[in-house]
Amino acid sequence: MKRHALITRLWHWINALSVIVLFLSGLNISNAHRHLYWGEAGYEPRDAWFHVMRFPGWMTIPDYYSLAGARDWHVVFTWIFAVSLLLFMIGSLASGHFRRDLATRWREWHPASIGADIANHLKFQFHSAGSKYNFLQKASYGLVIFVALPLMIVTGMGMSPGMDAAAPWLGELFGGRQSARSVHFLCAFALSVFFFVHVLLVLLSGPVGQMRDMITGGRDEAA
Amino acid sequence: MKRRNVLAGIAAAFTAGCTKIGETEWFGGVVRTAEGMHRSAQRALGRPAMAPEFTRADVSPFFRGNGSTDVDTPEYRAAAAEGFAGWLLGVTGLVEHPLSLSLDALRALPQRTQITRHNCVEGWSAIAEWTGPQLASILHAAGVKPEAKYIVFHCADELKGARYYESVDMDDALHPQTIVAHLLNGQPLPVLNGAPLRLRVERQLGYKHAKYLTGIEAVASLAEVEGGKGGYWEDRVGYQWYAGI
Repeated sequence: MKRHALITRLWHWINALSVIVLFLSGLNISNAHRHLYWGEAGYEPRDAWFHVMRFPGWMTIPDYYSLAGARDWHVVFTWIFAVSLLLFMIGSLASGHFRRDLATRWREWHPASIGADIANHLKFQFHSAGSKYNFLQKASYGLVIFVALPLMIVTGMGMSPGMDAAAPWLGELFGGRQSARSVHFLCAFALSVFFFVHVLLVLLSGPVGQMRDMITGGRDEAA
Repeated sequence: MKRRNVLAGIAAAFTAGCTKIGETEWFGGVVRTAEGMHRSAQRALGRPAMAPEFTRADVSPFFRGNGSTDVDTPEYRAAAAEGFAGWLLGVTGLVEHPLSLSLDALRALPQRTQITRHNCVEGWSAIAEWTGPQLASILHAAGVKPEAKYIVFHCADELKGARYYESVDMDDALHPQTIVAHLLNGQPLPVLNGAPLRLRVERQLGYKHAKYLTGIEAVASLAEVEGGKGGYWEDRVGYQWYAGI
């Protein structure tokens, strides 16, 4: 048995590209109005709860200010991102990947167990006996796959006037369009933190083997 | 510091590569396909889906003006000075009976009042109450021919030396919330917001809501109108024609 199933590997890389493109084009869109509000309406910077920095060209798509160009990238990659996430979720439910590898057991939630897992991370020991992922991995992958990524989609749709007409509850779920926009922004930054920690941990845990396994599938040592 | 420079270098190379791809014909085609998929999906989910309507208590204290906020011509100044008493809205193109409607004629039609949220492409939003006849009843009075596929809105305002214009398909043109507004929060539309007439097309972003309306034209194709992409910003900077996203 492969360490990573084909569907996991395909989704991992499609998702990585989508999230990076969406994030960097999103920074360009953010530059158009750098103020975040709560509620339905918000247009006066003095009413904002947060003022966002202006993101420099080297970290935005396109690499100069273009709201139209950035929205083009968003318009295309939202489809790739959302459809690939949906297919990955269906496939992983069907194959038992979620249940087998991502679902946490009750005993893993014991504070002493979590403490030990954190201690192991600090000692750069990442393997856990008996399951593919350790607790912190399961918790962070679970948060990303089931909370942060779906929230990006739902809050994004909540901002779209066409979707707002078709399904007004999307925006109402968050308390209005500007709240959905704020949550969209917060989730995007939570995901960027995950991205950096994820890449850092791969670099610390044998990057060549990790990259090889996420491309070719590798061998499942637990099997 | 050096490591940060390496990271910034990787990001800069990636964004520069994407910028190059974004400028190709091929990517433009991909964008149009994806845009059409969004439109079809949104229309399939609810027809005729209504944009949320709010209460008087939700109305924003001030309605921001964006884009053109005035029309700097002697004709417009003169029209404004007399309260737009002589302002005419032409209805032309693929119609049985071309019309020229005064504000009084528009006020005599059945009116719709709606409190909606204006969604700017930049990200901000504001809530206001709009009143005016439905575009559908104006089009009905003019007798739109079956070959008409789009409604084009001609405006008095100029931005950087070119007239503003916009367009929608018949699905949005005939939508119950698509109105030609002459009142904002119960008062005659201020110059800032497009006096004396502006379009409200509530399921799309703000740049579709053409201000300072002078004419409505029914057409079979957008290719021959102005720059061919269906709107001022669409022609100039490549804004999406379908702005429901």
